[in-house]
Amino acid sequence: MTDAVSIEHIHKRYGAVQALAGVDFTIAGGEFFGLLGPNGAGKSTLINIMAGLARADSGCVRILGNDVVTAYRQARSALGVVPQELVYDGFFTVREVLRLQSGYFGHGKANQAWTDELIVTLNLADKADTNMHQLSGGMKRRVLIAQALVHKPRVVVLDEPSAGVDTELRQALWEFTRRLHREGHTIVLTTHYLEEAEALCERIAILDHGKLVALDSKQKLLARYPYRLLCLTLAGCATAQGNSVPIPAMLKHLLVACDGNQIKLRLHRFDDQIGGVLDTLREAGLTIIDLYTEEAGLEEVFLGLTSSTAQRLPT
Amino acid sequence: MSVSMPSSGPSNGLSNWRGMLTLFNKEVRRFMRVTVQTLLTPIVTSLLYLLVFGQALEAHVQVFPGVSYIAFLIPGLIMMSIIQNAFANSSSSLIQSKISGSLVFVLVAPLSSLEIYLAFVGAAVLRGVLVGLGVYLTVRWFVDLPLFSFSHVLVFALLASAILGSMGLIGALWADHFEQLAAFQNFIILPLSFLSGVFYSIHSLPPFWHAISRFNPFFYMIDGFRYGFFGTSDVTPALSLAVTLIFLLLNAGLALVILYKGYKIRR
Repeated sequence: MTDAVSIEHIHKRYGAVQALAGVDFTIAGGEFFGLLGPNGAGKSTLINIMAGLARADSGCVRILGNDVVTAYRQARSALGVVPQELVYDGFFTVREVLRLQSGYFGHGKANQAWTDELIVTLNLADKADTNMHQLSGGMKRRVLIAQALVHKPRVVVLDEPSAGVDTELRQALWEFTRRLHREGHTIVLTTHYLEEAEALCERIAILDHGKLVALDSKQKLLARYPYRLLCLTLAGCATAQGNSVPIPAMLKHLLVACDGNQIKLRLHRFDDQIGGVLDTLREAGLTIIDLYTEEAGLEEVFLGLTSSTAQRLPT
Repeated sequence: MSVSMPSSGPSNGLSNWRGMLTLFNKEVRRFMRVTVQTLLTPIVTSLLYLLVFGQALEAHVQVFPGVSYIAFLIPGLIMMSIIQNAFANSSSSLIQSKISGSLVFVLVAPLSSLEIYLAFVGAAVLRGVLVGLGVYLTVRWFVDLPLFSFSHVLVFALLASAILGSMGLIGALWADHFEQLAAFQNFIILPLSFLSGVFYSIHSLPPFWHAISRFNPFFYMIDGFRYGFFGTSDVTPALSLAVTLIFLLLNAGLALVILYKGYKIRR
């Protein structure tokens, strides 16, 4: 079966900056794929190369088997990109913008029913004949999504779709994206909201400094992080000078957060036993009022892989 | 709703003529939305030129035998309107969409460089010709203007607006902001058009400036265009046609290469 997206040995340099240094992976058809990385990691450059907005120095990107350079018409017809920035043409209304975008992809009046359906589905019906510059940021974001879908692409790339939108719209976008995925679309999502990737994506690639530092299913990525957090509320230990808690010396290397009488300890799954930690605290005269544990999230994995100062995780 | 239909746009073939026509249509609608600015204002400006220069110099200057100065002036003014508006159309549209970021919607579409070029330049030609026609029809109320060869008038109007549409694309692709584009217009397009014989025959110039004018391609556009009205010109219409055609090919070629390379638009 042809991969939805195939990225082979992509290199891209902007002056002295190596934006992408030999990135190499594939996305299968129907996948919900997350592309994560800190600012400047190369995510947008990679998406721009997929969409034909930038050209790789070397390497090859294929969309449904079509090279984005040599078979750009087929590749672009198969791809819908929701850009990160709220860009729009202020000369036209929502309906006009969608019909123009449909026309750019070679569709005629027969596609108008589909553009009208998108308007309804994305709750744009009462703004359909409103000029783009009169829309709110959230509405403009919806129009961008409709524009990306107007030619019925099989691969949809959402570049930071939740950036700057309110919680309600974010939930609506999540639901709509899930629906696209259920209906067979391949979804590629880049986001700064790690909980978004954790909630939506099946497989995740993490880029850092133009290199692929991780590529795995969400579950396997999370399993790579061998730590959990022990969160404790202690009685009568906050000092008058501030928020410090008299943690026993032998536990200090586990402390990751301390706020008033609440502390957070990072425990290795295999090397640190919760019972032993609690005994040490009690022996130091501290009373435990409450406790709970937090499993590692994608954020911890992400930070572990992308932070140069953090401890490198086993691969 | 189901969005799982496979993409089946006609754009999957060798050409995307519908996409090109849509972009052309969008460019036309863009300038038709602001006709006061894009069509009416240039016509009024040309009338003011005619009023000021024509009335002031009518009694003092005769350029071609048997042709009044005001009649001589009109084809030059029409061509200048065509030149300026064709340039303004492609350049302003492209730089606005480039700076606002909305050009991305065209760049992600399956449109070739040639299709993008033809759509932008086609709209520039249409606006240039509409403004030229508007000026012509308006001044005919005031001045009796002969028409020696309609085909010459039409061919030079189309070629000139295509050249300036191409130059507008080149300028807007090169410029990073509006000020740079204004410099391109004020230091290249405006001098070339004002020093091309709009207001005078190059035979009335001193030998040095006469020779210099021969290197101005805009001179040949205007001289060939004027020939279509009077049957008289400074150089032969065949030479004007040849120079104008070569200049069009050079500009179209440069614009296409820049678009193909994605200069400043596809990073």
